[in-house]
Amino acid sequence: MDDSIQRDITIDAPVGRVWAAITEPQHVGVWFGTGQPAKMDFRPGGGIVFSHGEAGETLATIERIEPQRLFSYRWALVGARDVPPGDGNATLVEFTLEPDGDATRLTVTETGFTKLTAVGVEARAKQYGDNVGGWAQKVVELADYIATMRP
Amino acid sequence: MTEPARSSNSTAAPADLYQVLTGLADPTRRQILDALATAGSGTATTIAATVPVSRQAVVKHLAILDRAGLVRGQRAGREMRYLLCPARLTDTAHWIAALADDWDRRLRAIKDIAESL
Repeated sequence: MDDSIQRDITIDAPVGRVWAAITEPQHVGVWFGTGQPAKMDFRPGGGIVFSHGEAGETLATIERIEPQRLFSYRWALVGARDVPPGDGNATLVEFTLEPDGDATRLTVTETGFTKLTAVGVEARAKQYGDNVGGWAQKVVELADYIATMRP
Repeated sequence: MTEPARSSNSTAAPADLYQVLTGLADPTRRQILDALATAGSGTATTIAATVPVSRQAVVKHLAILDRAGLVRGQRAGREMRYLLCPARLTDTAHWIAALADDWDRRLRAIKDIAESL
């Protein structure tokens, strides 16, 4: 069962620049963080600290590095603030880069939600969109469907 | 730019979410929920007529769904009659969708960065 969230985007830049944006601390700190460079020990098994500012930190461990092709890490999920990723509290985030002419297709997949046993994970109500992907999409479809059955 | 917390508006306790996700991870259990949504309610016997597993298997699946808070059983004569409890399912769908929205936002930020390098 594919318990994943998958999203992608086309970026008008070659893979080298996209790779820099997702792996270099000064850029990571902008797309996830306070704007300060993220703390990263850039090697498989190395750590990443994603800052939420005063709200704490999300800790990650780098899984795979295949330059300009694949970058993945495990991070401790929602509610596991300041706790290192481990069994039962972490999901796997995988970025894949594919050249598309002069552009790059960047896909992110987050998997492992059914393995979360140990953390304070909280649901939040919010409007939701399409194409959540795989297993996760089924949940959304089922919830939508059931909502239509309600009087 | 500050990344908003990865969670807000608590509506499900930790153990609950694991149970809901486990409950939903099985295609037969999703079919059972679907059958309950269609019929309004059902017993293991009536549900077994609509899914490709035995009544005994349906009983086990219903117990898992009950623990997850996705269905609620009421005694009806010699059988339990089950009703759907959609709130947990809806919360979980919203939670998943919110995580997906977070990634969309981050991917747009990555795009902005890469395109300006």
